[in-house]
Amino acid sequence: MPEREPLIRWDWLADHTDDSAERLVEHIWLTVIAVAVGFVISFVLALVAIRRGRTYGPITAATGILYTIPSLALFAILVPITGLSVLTAEIALVGYTLLILIRNIVAGIQGVPRDVIEAAEGMGFGTATRLIRVELPLAVPVIVAGLRIATVTTVGLVTVAALIGQGGLGKLIDDGLSRRFSTLYITGAVLSVALAILADGAFVLLQRVLTPWARARAAR
Amino acid sequence: MEAFIGVFAWFADPANWQGPNGIPTRLLEHVVMSGVAIGIALLVAFPVGLYIGHTGRGAFLAVSLANIGRAVPSYAVLVIVFPLSIAVNRETGLFDIAFVGTLLAMILLAIPPIVTNTFAGMRGVDPDLVEAGRGMGMRGGQILSRIELPVALPVILAGMRTAAVQVVATATLGAVIGGGGLGRYIVQGIARFDYQRLVAGALMVALLAIATELFFSWLQRRAVSPGLSGRSVRAYENVAQLGRVDVPAV
Repeated sequence: MPEREPLIRWDWLADHTDDSAERLVEHIWLTVIAVAVGFVISFVLALVAIRRGRTYGPITAATGILYTIPSLALFAILVPITGLSVLTAEIALVGYTLLILIRNIVAGIQGVPRDVIEAAEGMGFGTATRLIRVELPLAVPVIVAGLRIATVTTVGLVTVAALIGQGGLGKLIDDGLSRRFSTLYITGAVLSVALAILADGAFVLLQRVLTPWARARAAR
Repeated sequence: MEAFIGVFAWFADPANWQGPNGIPTRLLEHVVMSGVAIGIALLVAFPVGLYIGHTGRGAFLAVSLANIGRAVPSYAVLVIVFPLSIAVNRETGLFDIAFVGTLLAMILLAIPPIVTNTFAGMRGVDPDLVEAGRGMGMRGGQILSRIELPVALPVILAGMRTAAVQVVATATLGAVIGGGGLGRYIVQGIARFDYQRLVAGALMVALLAIATELFFSWLQRRAVSPGLSGRSVRAYENVAQLGRVDVPAV
């Protein structure tokens, strides 16, 4: 009977910090790309939904179905089409961001009070100017709230992407599991939880920076 | 593309419908595992949510739980409880490592949405309704069972829906640590480069998740008190037009 392996071998971990750091960076990149691409697509779809109200239902229904599919299944369905590639991972990851982002962008823009829009129109703003200078700044809290959920969700889903051959912290988990080496998989899991919580906190800060008026109002 | 055509062949192969790795067995494993997890999570989370919602005590706990529950990746939870499951197996010799690990992760992930939605549903009850109940001489328990719960039920079921979909997804991931369920086909498919198996498994998992979602949305719509849904408000109006104004008991 071999001596029981400790849950975490700190000495091993200390010798391999470079590996963990590398996986962490990969993880962040996979997440950032997915959220950025997802945001661009969502923004366009949200504007379409706002301009043509009838499209909002079908758009949220379609992205809602996508959102319901478990990540491992969506990755797997894409594998025969795009292979065990980054593209496969990113298509699925982007897909998961759409529902939350579209919903929040639409809610944010439509939540702008009617009289504010009328004031903007009275000042001679066209549709585009009004969107950029009035509606979007006022929608920032709701949009950032959406980005926050989308990012945190994506951080979690990226760990699963390792199962279809991608890097990131999930790679540490999978290597650890296949080698039955708990130090490795616990490190991957704990780092991914930490990353998710940090990302969540970062968005809270971002929201404060982007909407100074909210704090000014609270202080009064 | 051949993989997709091949999927039909895979489903048509009688070998895939028999034995411990057959579709009926794997589907049953998936559903039973998910059902047990939701059941246990409900036993824990529902009373906690009710208590917080009814008394207003511990609201901070509910909100924090919601935030943490949303932030923590499910795969990470599964992996973190895995050593615990190994330890349980080593000490007791009972249970299957993958089964205990997956079940534990599913329960942990299902608790936050049920607690927070139960709490939020109860908080959302119009205080005037509670006041009216009190005015009618209802006691705390009656207010809870006859006013707060029926009004809050759709929101509570929405929480169960989130939890159930999450649980079905986590059961899929359980196959990675050696568990059963439909996720096995995906894991086997990746390991053997068998894309037909991979896609077939993925399709079944996706359909099961969508079916779960649809079932709970249906339940949720059904649970809306007729006085709130507008369904029978319209009926009441019809009744009123006929000159009868007595409102039927809800």
